[in-house]
Amino acid sequence: MCSYIVEKVALYGSAKGSSKGLAEWKSVDTAHVYFDHPYHAPLDHALGIDFINQANGGQDRIAIELSAETARELVKAITAALDRGEMEHAGLNQY
Amino acid sequence: MSYLGMVTEIVPFTAHNGDKGQANYARPTTKEMVGGVVLIHHMPGWDDWIQEAARKLAHYGFACIAPDLYFREGPGSPDDCAARSRAKGGVTDEQVMGDVAGAMAFLRAQANSNGKVAVMGFCSGGRQTYLAACSLNHVDAAVDCWGGRVIVEDPADITPARPVAPIELTSGLNCPLLGIFGNDDANPSPKQVNDTEAVLKKLGKTYEFHRYDGVGHGFFAVDRPAYKPEQAKAAWQKVIDFLDKTIGPRARFS
Repeated sequence: MCSYIVEKVALYGSAKGSSKGLAEWKSVDTAHVYFDHPYHAPLDHALGIDFINQANGGQDRIAIELSAETARELVKAITAALDRGEMEHAGLNQY
Repeated sequence: MSYLGMVTEIVPFTAHNGDKGQANYARPTTKEMVGGVVLIHHMPGWDDWIQEAARKLAHYGFACIAPDLYFREGPGSPDDCAARSRAKGGVTDEQVMGDVAGAMAFLRAQANSNGKVAVMGFCSGGRQTYLAACSLNHVDAAVDCWGGRVIVEDPADITPARPVAPIELTSGLNCPLLGIFGNDDANPSPKQVNDTEAVLKKLGKTYEFHRYDGVGHGFFAVDRPAYKPEQAKAAWQKVIDFLDKTIGPRARFS
C-alpha cells in the first residue's frame, strides 16, 4: 500500500551523485527515510532514503531504494563501522 | 480483439485552480468515437508503470489520460518530483479532485470522445478514484484497484490533506464501480473490502467487486514480485469488459 510516512533526520555532511544537480560534492543537511513502493527497484516495497540540502531548497537529492533485508544489513554495517572506527581513532583498537 | 494502432503524447491540460498540468494521453488511432479513462497513478508518481497502463487501455480501445499529479513540483524527473511531494506529505485530496476533473474535461473536449469518461487508479490512486466517483460530477464509471484507506481505521490517517475517509462519501456515488482486490492484501484487507461492499450494498449502489486468491497488493505490476500473471490477466479482462459496458463500446481492430 502507498504510505505517506516520511521520517526526517537532520544530518551534517556531504554527498555526491551523478545527477545534474549533485554531480559535484555538495553539503547535505537532511535525510528523508520512507518505506513504500519504489520507483526503480524491482520490489513491492523498498526502504527509500533521499539525501538533500534543505537549506538550499531541497530540490536535488541523492536517492537509494533498498530491500528491507539489505537495508537492515546496511544499518548493522553502519553501526559496526562507526563502532570500530571510533574505537580506532580513540586509540583503543584491540587488533 | 484489441486495437492495434495508437498514438501517445505528452499533453498540457488545465488542472486544479487553472494550473497548467501535464499528462500522458494515449488513444487508439480509430475514427470511431471512444470512451475515455482518467488513470490515476500511485504514490511513487508518474512512473513507467502508469505509462504502460495508459498504453494498455489505448490498446484495448479507450482513450486514456494519465495526469502527472506532481507536476507542480517540477522541473525535474518524475521520481524527483514524487520525492518532493512525499516530503511535503503528499498531494491534497482537493487538489487531486481538481486535477482529475480537469483531465476529464480534456478527454470530453477531444474530437474522438463519445462523451463518456471513467476514472481508474491503483493503490493510493484507487482511493482517489473512489473519492472522485463519490464527489465529482459526470463520472460515468470508476475502477478502484486495491485502493487502501477507503475505510480509515487509524485516526492519524485523517489529515488536513486527506480530511475525509472516502467511505463516508459513498452516498454520493452515482456511477458503476468496479473493485479489484487481492485476498492477501493487508491494505485494503479482505475485511475492509467486505465492509466497503456492505456499505455499497446498503446504499443500493451499482458495483462489482472481484477478489483474487493467491495475490496481494499491486498484482498487475509486471516488474515487481507481486505480479501474478494468471490473476492479473483475469482481472484485466474484468476491467476491459467493465469499461466496454460502461463507457464503450471500445474500439476493436477488425
